[in-house]
Amino acid sequence: MLIGWKNSMWKALVIATVALIVASGCKKKDANPFPDSGSVAGWQKTDATRTFAAKDLWQYIDGDAEHFIQAGVVSTATSDYTYNRQLEAVVDVHTMSGPEGARKILETGLTRDAKIIQLGDEGAQFAQSVSFRKGSYVVRIVAYQATPDGAQALLALAHGVEARL
Amino acid sequence: MKSRRDFLKEAATGAVLLGSKGAFALTGALPDEHEGTAKSKVVIARDPALHGQETQPNEQRLINLLDRAMATYTGRDHPVDAWKHVIAMGQAQDKVIGLKTNGLGGKGIATHNSLIMAVAERLQQAGVKAGNILVWDQNAHFLEACGMAVNTDPSRIRCYPSDATGFEDQESSWGVARIRITKILTRECAMVINLPILKDHSMAGVTFALKNMYGVVDRPFTLHADNCNPAVADLNAIPVFREKIRLTIGDAMSSVYEGGPGFHPEHLWYPNALIVGEDRVAIDHTAWGLLEKQRAAVGMPTLEAAGRPPRYIATAADAAHKLGSNDPRGINLVQV
Repeated sequence: MLIGWKNSMWKALVIATVALIVASGCKKKDANPFPDSGSVAGWQKTDATRTFAAKDLWQYIDGDAEHFIQAGVVSTATSDYTYNRQLEAVVDVHTMSGPEGARKILETGLTRDAKIIQLGDEGAQFAQSVSFRKGSYVVRIVAYQATPDGAQALLALAHGVEARL
Repeated sequence: MKSRRDFLKEAATGAVLLGSKGAFALTGALPDEHEGTAKSKVVIARDPALHGQETQPNEQRLINLLDRAMATYTGRDHPVDAWKHVIAMGQAQDKVIGLKTNGLGGKGIATHNSLIMAVAERLQQAGVKAGNILVWDQNAHFLEACGMAVNTDPSRIRCYPSDATGFEDQESSWGVARIRITKILTRECAMVINLPILKDHSMAGVTFALKNMYGVVDRPFTLHADNCNPAVADLNAIPVFREKIRLTIGDAMSSVYEGGPGFHPEHLWYPNALIVGEDRVAIDHTAWGLLEKQRAAVGMPTLEAAGRPPRYIATAADAAHKLGSNDPRGINLVQV
């Protein structure tokens, strides 16, 4: 009787520990990937983050949403930034159901002009954009203008996002 | 040296520019010598120096370009005369004129604010009250991408999204299109000037004059199957679209030839052009040609080879839809 009670206690303890680990993992996934204003030099966050569940993604990127849904997107969060009040950029963070989906989305956007960079699990840069994937996340940062220091600034912001994922 | 044939061809075009009238209300279309039917006039107006070294077009050059495009299209040299003609054609004196923009791709590839403002300015000079000009798009963020802020004050140009006034309770349907249409189109606007921006589209192949109507309905995502074919054509065949979308001034000042409809600066290109017409099928057919030419120039496969041919254009021209012409013999293309 006592042995059975002890076994039950152990089982409960194991389950609680696993639940705690899972919960802490989930907590990290829920973390805000968007750097606050000033936390990356020169960059200001200029609007509130908007988040779209997969079923509502058409409201943000109608026409592109299907590709993300096919690749297993769970949600997409987006926010605007400015760099030294000269360069405007948008940061999109797509949370996929798994790393394969993130890989698929990243590779879709790669062309021979892309410069492969060390960022997250895999990254690529163009003159006005940076994309990378990390685990189940795929991130794209796009600048609306071309400036001499734009590429370097985008890369710094991308590192700021990557560190928060 | 020009051949006599070329001379006669140019002379015929000149006659159109001087304002001969035909089946299409605005331009007077050129009678088709082969079939006795009217040709659809499409004007491509270009200014290679429109952007210079800037990412935004020069505003004065844009106004000049718009005036040149409208004068060529209507056959009326003075901008106010040209715009009065447009308003009369739409029977929109003292009524609301809608300007349907496209900001889906975000700030980098949205209908240029300077074009919206130039059209609004010319309409006012032609006698339209500011409050009777209504700029609208699918949602407030798309309008923001076009540089527009929501405004309902009737003493100024009004601006609000499709979902602000709500959609008709009654579903409209034609073929596969079963949607509800914004009351902005059905109840508020007497006529609409369509202001799309030319883009590659990951499913439809090309998004421009016809596809821009997806931002007018409540569930555009239900219209994406099979490369948006026949959905684009079916949607535009619904009577209110045929009746009220009277003129398209297509923004081809900048464009993305790949990666659309979102903004991909690595695929940005500057055609520096406005494309004007009433026949949206003819406009889309013409714009598709421009897009393919650019793709070929940078070594990209055709849209057909890329798996997204814009077949909806041919569907829109077929006997069931009769929305316009995709036959070059039926299009009077004027480039200025």
